[in-house]
Amino acid sequence: MGTSPKVELSIPIIPDMELAATQTSEVVARHMGLGQDKSDEIKMALIEACINAFEHSKTEEGQVEINFTIEDNTLVIKVTDQGVGFDENTVKIPKIEQKIKSDHKRGWGLQLIKELMDTVEFESTDEGTTVTMTKKK
Amino acid sequence: MSDFQVSVKEVDDVVVIATDGYLNNIGGEKISDICDKHMEKGVNKFLINLEKTSVVNSIGVSILIEIIEKLQDTKGKLAYCKLAPIVEKTFNIMGLTKYSTIYKDEEAGLSDLSA
Repeated sequence: MGTSPKVELSIPIIPDMELAATQTSEVVARHMGLGQDKSDEIKMALIEACINAFEHSKTEEGQVEINFTIEDNTLVIKVTDQGVGFDENTVKIPKIEQKIKSDHKRGWGLQLIKELMDTVEFESTDEGTTVTMTKKK
Repeated sequence: MSDFQVSVKEVDDVVVIATDGYLNNIGGEKISDICDKHMEKGVNKFLINLEKTSVVNSIGVSILIEIIEKLQDTKGKLAYCKLAPIVEKTFNIMGLTKYSTIYKDEEAGLSDLSA
């Protein structure tokens, strides 16, 4: 195949719409011949990336763009929002020992994405954020 | 879009909550409400059967951490069974297994919790 196969998806910021993205990732993973475990890890990371994008957007308007590209044996997923951006360096690594006595029990998304995917990169400005994550076959 | 269902039964002194659907914030709150109502009656052992929940998100799972915190006050226990591999992995990453137990199935969970 001469070019890298791509799937582009645009989802509205509506509760549970992240599941529309995971349906697409399942199809792409199946096409690549990825096993169930890897497909499920991609789905979980994608759910977290979409939820973060929804929350960064701080508005119920607009869309979150999701691009899937198969580059040789690697699936590259980009999740882009048009939100207010964030500084990855200000996000603390969550620890349950601290969360359990804290009023803020959330904040696990980035950690889960990092643990479940092979690579994760963030590009964020005050006009939006793109999370790029990859999974090898 | 969410269609999270639960069924609840009591076996001896353990409340078994069987879930069906996406464990998101709504699902987590449903489980939390059930636990709260039973805790008010003095019950403090809960076994969540997640056989029909293959998809979770961190917000839903964070609510389970709230339940763990409440149960610490009464030396109660929260446990789970029939987890899909990705759900078990998520629980491990988030550290839930430091404060709660995963069992293979309901029988194993009830046997241990009722002891």
